[in-house]
Amino acid sequence: MDDGAGLGHAIDGGEANPFDVPDDSRPHTPSLTFPGFRALEKMMALVQQPPFERFYEDHRAAVLGELRRLLGPQAAEDAYQETFLRALRAYDRLRHADNLRAWALTIARRVAADQHRRRDAEPEAPEPSLDTRPAYAELGELAGALPRKERTAVVLRYGYDLSYAAIGAALGSSEQAARQAASSGVRRLRRRMQ
Amino acid sequence: MTVSPTLDRRFREAAAAAGLLDVAYDLTDSPIGTLLVATTDRGLCRISFDPEPDRMTEELARAFGARVLRAAGPIEPVRRQLDEYFDGRRKQFELAVDLRPAAPFSRDVLRRLARVPHGEVTTYGALAQAAGRPQAARAVGTVMNRNPIPIVLPCHRVIGANGSLVGYGGGLERKERLLKLEGALDATLDM
Repeated sequence: MDDGAGLGHAIDGGEANPFDVPDDSRPHTPSLTFPGFRALEKMMALVQQPPFERFYEDHRAAVLGELRRLLGPQAAEDAYQETFLRALRAYDRLRHADNLRAWALTIARRVAADQHRRRDAEPEAPEPSLDTRPAYAELGELAGALPRKERTAVVLRYGYDLSYAAIGAALGSSEQAARQAASSGVRRLRRRMQ
Repeated sequence: MTVSPTLDRRFREAAAAAGLLDVAYDLTDSPIGTLLVATTDRGLCRISFDPEPDRMTEELARAFGARVLRAAGPIEPVRRQLDEYFDGRRKQFELAVDLRPAAPFSRDVLRRLARVPHGEVTTYGALAQAAGRPQAARAVGTVMNRNPIPIVLPCHRVIGANGSLVGYGGGLERKERLLKLEGALDATLDM
């Protein structure tokens, strides 16, 4: 993850050159068809990484909501602090300020998954890297329409690969009930996708 | 989902205690209005009158790094010394300052300014002379006007050669108030 401290705001080599504007003499009207616009927008995002205070203020409620959904009110409080400490550790290495909400929620879900693993007293899994893993996000979106219990069970089982015993603990119910919630969630998803 | 004040405070203090912040800041009350006080791991970096926190956090982020967070713990020593100063129990601040964003000339002038004692005043010209640029009184005025750490770096103790107060980043009323507090201006004298 270490890309050289202090250079976190550098423009990625692979990205379009934001200064590569085809004809600078024409008046610039910002429009989505203007070829340089996307690149310019990206550059602005780099420049506009908000102070952490603003990032925190903007997303803390959503993060707490997600953690409570995944862990219940008690465990959510510890996970809340851990989530924002992790965000803070990674913050100066962020390469852009796009979709910080999604980034915050991704960290929250990983912290929740780690708590489940610890609760399971299984050997510590390696720290997940902070690069985004769309599989989780997609699953979260797909499962978003399910009833709460089923959604939690599906996301924890197939997104985080937790045992049914751990999922049962998260839901405040039995292993058996967790298994049932996950499988009826999957059945419901299948029906919807057909 | 509302985050409780306790949960919020716990995170802020944990973040500061873990040394993860570029800048910690908080607001504090004083007889000359609410002050925003900010510190880095090297020391006090900003005191601001009439603070607008949104604008300030952006300014601090540009100068010191994006990890700017409001947290009371790190600024506690500054708050305490300011309280003592305003109560008349402190004549000298014992605080490290972080002047990294300042240009070399400004930094030099601000360091010399820090040595002007409580209860005394100096002039823009004298400070320019001390900095080895006797012609630079006007530039010294600009440095005073942009002083990032007023009160602690006592730009209120710098006045015009003719004895007029000239100006103050936080408004002349505050300059007068601070000088009276220090006994450098006759409190009964109507300025």
